[in-house]
Amino acid sequence: MSHLLTVEGLPREEIEEILDTAESFMEVLERDIPKVPALRGSTVATMFFEASTRTRLSFERAAKALSADVMTFNPGTSSVSKGESLKDTALTLQAMGCNLMVVRHQAVGAAHRIAEWVDCPVVNAGDGAHQHPTQALIDCLALRRRFGKLDGLRVSVVGDIRHSRVARSDAFAFTAMGASVTWVAPATLLPPSLEMFPVTATADLEPQLPDSDVIYLLRVQSERGATSGLPSSSEFAARYGMDLDRLARLPSEAVVMHPGPINRGVELAGAVADDPRSLIVEQVGVGVAVRMAVLFRLSGGQL
Amino acid sequence: MSLLIRGGLVLTGSGMVNADVLVEGDGVTAIGLDLQADSEIDASGCWVGPGLVDLHTHLRQPGFEWKEDIASGSRAAAAGGYTAVLAMPNTEPAVDSGAVARFVASEGRSAGLCEVAVAGAISAGRNGEYLAHLDELWEAGARIFTDDGNCLANSGLLRAAMEYLAGRGGVIAQHCEDTGLSDGGHMHEGAVSSLLGIGGIPALAEESILARDLALVRLTGVAYHAMHLSTAGSVDLIARAKAEGLPVTAEATPHHLTFDDATVRSLDPTYKMYPPLRGIADLEALRSGVAGGVIDAVATDHAPHAPHECEVPFEEAPRGVIGLETAAAAVNTALSPTPEVFFDRMSTAPARIARLQRHGLPVEPGGPANLVVFAPGQDWIPVSFISKSANSPFLGAELRGRVMHTIWEGKVTHSTVEARA
Repeated sequence: MSHLLTVEGLPREEIEEILDTAESFMEVLERDIPKVPALRGSTVATMFFEASTRTRLSFERAAKALSADVMTFNPGTSSVSKGESLKDTALTLQAMGCNLMVVRHQAVGAAHRIAEWVDCPVVNAGDGAHQHPTQALIDCLALRRRFGKLDGLRVSVVGDIRHSRVARSDAFAFTAMGASVTWVAPATLLPPSLEMFPVTATADLEPQLPDSDVIYLLRVQSERGATSGLPSSSEFAARYGMDLDRLARLPSEAVVMHPGPINRGVELAGAVADDPRSLIVEQVGVGVAVRMAVLFRLSGGQL
Repeated sequence: MSLLIRGGLVLTGSGMVNADVLVEGDGVTAIGLDLQADSEIDASGCWVGPGLVDLHTHLRQPGFEWKEDIASGSRAAAAGGYTAVLAMPNTEPAVDSGAVARFVASEGRSAGLCEVAVAGAISAGRNGEYLAHLDELWEAGARIFTDDGNCLANSGLLRAAMEYLAGRGGVIAQHCEDTGLSDGGHMHEGAVSSLLGIGGIPALAEESILARDLALVRLTGVAYHAMHLSTAGSVDLIARAKAEGLPVTAEATPHHLTFDDATVRSLDPTYKMYPPLRGIADLEALRSGVAGGVIDAVATDHAPHAPHECEVPFEEAPRGVIGLETAAAAVNTALSPTPEVFFDRMSTAPARIARLQRHGLPVEPGGPANLVVFAPGQDWIPVSFISKSANSPFLGAELRGRVMHTIWEGKVTHSTVEARA
C-alpha cells in the first residue's frame, strides 16, 4: 500500500490487517503513557483545505501517539489564500521534509492529484463527495468490535447519500467485509446511477427497520446543494429521521451509527444519539487507533 | 518560385487521383505526372487535399494571452494541417463589436500562417441580455454568430438574433447548455459520475436547448449550426431536422469521437470539457453521425489552458482541451475514413458552413493553393505541442496518421521534420 486514496477495490484481507493493527493500537492508547516510538523522526503534514476539526485532530492525535512530528497546514492563513496552486502547495510541504501527507479537500480528486506529484505516501481524508477511506475503516472496526464480524450484517444507510463520501466509502468496505448494504433516500439524495455500487436502494425507511442490523445515518449536506433536492428539513426529518419510535422497531441487537457531526432533531432525535444502541461515540473512539494503523502501515511499518 | 507536391493521392474535382500538384504564386497551376518545379515535397503515401478548416478555435486573444495568442494558435493550426480557423468570440473584451473583430482579423494577418476568420458574439459581452453590434461585426467579416462558452438561453433574444441575421444570410451557432440542468456538473451524468461523487451534466442539458433552437429555426428560417454535439439524442435531433429540410448543420470534436466518460476515473483534468465526454453509446452515435454526414464537420474546440491552471483537482479545473495539432490524426484513428470523407468533414463542409470561399475546394488548376499533405498510414504519438498550452487528452496517445505539410496561399506554413517511417 503506497497511498490510501479510496476503499474501492481494497481487498478484505487488507482491511482485516488494518483493523488488526488498529486493535493493537487500541491497547496502546489505554496505557498510562499512550505513545509508541514507531514513527519517531517522521513528519506528518495534515492539509485540510476543507474546514474540519474532528478529523484533523484525530489524525494529529494518531500521528503524535506514534511519536511523529506534525505539520498543520492551514489554507485560510497560508499562501493558498494568495492564489498558490495545489501542486505548488504540495511540493512546498514536501520540500520542507514531510514524510506523509493527510489531505482533505472540498473537490473530488485532490488527494489523487497530490499523490501524482509528491514522493511520499498520501492519505485521502475526504475529497468532495467521493471518498473518505479512514472513516470506512473506522466504521468497520466499530462494527467488528460490536458484532465480532461484519459477515451477514444488514446495513441500511439513510439520508443524503448523493453528497456523501462516507456512503461511497462504506458501500465498498462493508460489502468487502461480507455485509449487505441498502441505501435509503429519496431519488434526489441518491446518486443518479447505482450501477457501479454493490448496493440496493429504496425510498422507504419504514419497511427497512425490522430487517436492519445497522442503521447508518448521514447528515444532509446543504453546503453541497442537498437542500435543493428536499422540500424542507422538517419533511426530511419526518420521513427519514431516526426517533425513538423507529428505534423500537429495529431488531433488539441493532445499532445506530453516524459519521458526525450530528444534527440532533434532523437525521436523528437527541435521545437516539444517547441511547445504548448508538455506536456514535465508539466510532470516534476507534478513530485514533485506525488512523494510527493507516499512518503506521503507509510508513512501511509491520507488526 | 514554384513548388511541386510529388506523388500523392490528390482530391480533385473528379475524385482521388495519383498525381503531382504544381503550386505557383498563391495558386495551383497544374496537376499531372512528372511535373517539374524549383522545389519539391515528397507526398508518396500521402493524401493531398484542401487545407483543413476549423469551425471552433479559441485563440484566447485579446484577454487570455497566457493560454494562447493569435500567433501561437496560428502556428498550432498550421502544424495541424489547417489553412483557416474560425476564432471564437469569448475573449476579453468579447468580439461583440467591429473594432474587436478587426483586431482579431488583423492579428491573424500579421501572424501570416492561416486565415483567421472571426465569429461574432450574438449578445453584447456574451451576457445574453441584448444584441451585440451585429452590423459592425458583419462589416468586419463575421458570418457566424455565437455566444460560445455560454449558451444563449433567452428564447426571445435568440429569436431576435435569428430574425435579424436570417435576412442577411448569417449563421447562428449555439453552445447548447441548459445551465439549470448542468449547474454544479463537471462531467457526464451517469454511472461514473455517481461512483466518483462528481456532479453530473445530463445529456438533456444539451438536447433540451437543441430541441428548443430547432423550433426557433423552423420559425425564423435562419441557418443554424449546432456546436460540439456530444449525445446520441442530439445526433437524432439533427437527423430529423435535416430530414424535415431545416437549414441546420452540426459539428463534433475529435475528443468526443475518441473518449468516453470512463476516462474521468483517472481524475485527470485533461478529460474535463464542455460538453463532457459521454457514454459509449453516445460515442458510437457520434462516430456514425460523422461517418454518415448527419454531423457535417469535425471541429476542434481548441481550448487552451495554461499548465498551472490545470494543476488543481478535477472539480476545480477549467473546461476544455486543445485540439488543433492532433485533430486530423485523431479523426483518422477514430473513423478510418476514406480520403473523400476525411476532406469533406475536415475541410469542405466547415469551409461551406463558415462561408470561406478560398477553402475546402478540390485541388484544381486555377484554384487556391490552400493544401494539406496528410500521411494516413503513419503511426504517431504526440509528445509535445506548438500551442502555448498542453492540455490535451491525446498527449502520449497512439494515433494513426500525421500532417506532413501545410500550404497556405502558396506558402509552406508547416513541415513535419522528423524522418518518415
